[in-house]
Amino acid sequence: MNIVVLVKQVPDSGADRNLRNDDNTVDRGSANNVINEMDEYAIEEALKIKEAHGGEVTILTMGPDRATESIRKALSMGPDKAVHVVDDALHGSCAVATSKVLAAALGQLNADLVICGAESTDGRVQVMPHMIAERLGVAALTGARKLTVDGGTLTVERQTEEGYEVITAATPAVVSVWDTINEPRYPSFKGIMAAKKKPVQTLSLADLGVAPTEVGFDGATSAVVEHSKRPPRSGGAKITDEGEGGVKLVEFLATEKFV
Amino acid sequence: MTAPLDLLDLDPSLTEEERQIRDVVRQLIDDRVRPHVADWYEEGRVPARELAREFGKLGLLGMHLTGYGCAGASAVAYGLACQELEAGDSGVRSLVSVQGSLAMYAIWRYGSEEQKQRWLPSMATGEAIGCFGLTEPDHGSDPASMATRARRDGDDWVLTGGKMWITNAPIADVGVIWARTDEGVRGFAVPMDTPGVTAREIHRKMSLRASVTGEIVLDDVRLPADAQLPEAVGLKAPLSCLTEARYGIVWGSVGAARDCLETALAYATTRTQFGRPLAGFQLTQAKLADMAVELVKGQLLALHLGRLADAGRLKPEQVSVGKLNNVREALAIARQCRTILGANGVSGEYPVMRHANNLESVLTYEGTSEIHQLVVGQRLTGVSAFA
Repeated sequence: MNIVVLVKQVPDSGADRNLRNDDNTVDRGSANNVINEMDEYAIEEALKIKEAHGGEVTILTMGPDRATESIRKALSMGPDKAVHVVDDALHGSCAVATSKVLAAALGQLNADLVICGAESTDGRVQVMPHMIAERLGVAALTGARKLTVDGGTLTVERQTEEGYEVITAATPAVVSVWDTINEPRYPSFKGIMAAKKKPVQTLSLADLGVAPTEVGFDGATSAVVEHSKRPPRSGGAKITDEGEGGVKLVEFLATEKFV
Repeated sequence: MTAPLDLLDLDPSLTEEERQIRDVVRQLIDDRVRPHVADWYEEGRVPARELAREFGKLGLLGMHLTGYGCAGASAVAYGLACQELEAGDSGVRSLVSVQGSLAMYAIWRYGSEEQKQRWLPSMATGEAIGCFGLTEPDHGSDPASMATRARRDGDDWVLTGGKMWITNAPIADVGVIWARTDEGVRGFAVPMDTPGVTAREIHRKMSLRASVTGEIVLDDVRLPADAQLPEAVGLKAPLSCLTEARYGIVWGSVGAARDCLETALAYATTRTQFGRPLAGFQLTQAKLADMAVELVKGQLLALHLGRLADAGRLKPEQVSVGKLNNVREALAIARQCRTILGANGVSGEYPVMRHANNLESVLTYEGTSEIHQLVVGQRLTGVSAFA
């Protein structure tokens, strides 16, 4: 099975993250950039499928030059090769344009199965798997907590608020996964050392036949107009019990709509 | 990631591969060791086999060796891994050092092809555990006087004697045992279930409590001829293994010190006395500054020795410089950090006292500080003061 995993480099969600003041895009320059956490689960799932059914796992990343480090890290877990879409004109691309680019790249990769994280920790819009599936004209099995492959049939347990739904589709398809699906492996030292020898193909917009005007700020269907820092957390209310402490606590919980 | 303590910005001096290896070991220690190590320490028990398998999966065991399932990483990468392991616990680092640098290295360097095939692949995965028997109850710094004997009986060898303070011995599958023969010191790969071999666990240790330590008794242990390591001739063979392990300690001790200093730094910025954080007192800042200076000097020294090792130019006396300095300074840092934590410094809730107690062992094993002073002294003066 030919599996492509979508991997995004994002600012470490455990550290301070900012938007740039000049163009309101994610500030990647000052951030510690890492693999989007949910994508590690996607990689693990792809590797497990490959180990059980054979095939090849390819990493597909769209991002600036410095995304190379995350690609190497992804490869160190065990995938066979990577494709890096990099082009200065991509800066400022919206989700719709991003899906166009990724779909164009996937069009060259002939994937039976595309796996991605259910969301990225920077954008958190969760639309990419749906948009890509729509553009490719294939099924979207999203929010998986379990994925089973039986020949050309995929069965997914789709995580919902109340429980889960079981959905099936034939390959080719796009599957997005939550962190409940598996436990990603640590990259082994051999994997780390082998990663630097694995092929990483870079593709430009021209290689994909996408015009620069269709992406970036020019092609964006939405734009961040302005942003401001979240106000610092204010100190919590302190309730001193002078006989009616319980009542005050309930009042507080009711005001905050906790009860 | 250690940004405040990386005063000299050493990170860019590492390759991407070295940083990745360091980071994955740090992650593993954070996930699998830190949450449990205080309990292991208090109980004097450690799930060594389980850890060995986890470490083996990563490629930590014999990571600097090539072939036979070993990762073949650089000396610097190995050192960085030791630093992260010992930031977790010196006993956990000892498990890896003894397996990779002593037992596996001895077989890899001095063993026959059959011995390598038999032991190394399973030791690399952590399925088989090794130990290294050189030290004896009455012969520590002076291994040349060892009392353990190996005599020929037909084609067989018969070993008699005892080894002491042997890390991993009670759980080991194979022991690399050094014994005196009529031709001088020789090494043997001894299956630990051979009749006549007993390995008793040493209890009541006040240091390295998250590490298994044992005493080996060899009572007329009969071994086939092919148990002898054919390439190991004389005492320089086991001493070369010690140089390998000491190199890991040069890095590891810095890891323990770093963990203490990170703890003290965090504590000093949050603990308030006299209406301000401890970090706001000049005496505390002086301590922190002096410790951070020694820490980065130790890291620089370790990195320099690692680059020499990777260039094939590392000499034993240079490893002595590193072991002498870094363990000594790490212990001083651990003790000083203890003072910043006050009473909490002696608690198992914080890692500082554990590291300090561990470093007391690290100070004297794999060559005491005094032996390393003598090695350096001999190099300087040309006069041997200990042989």
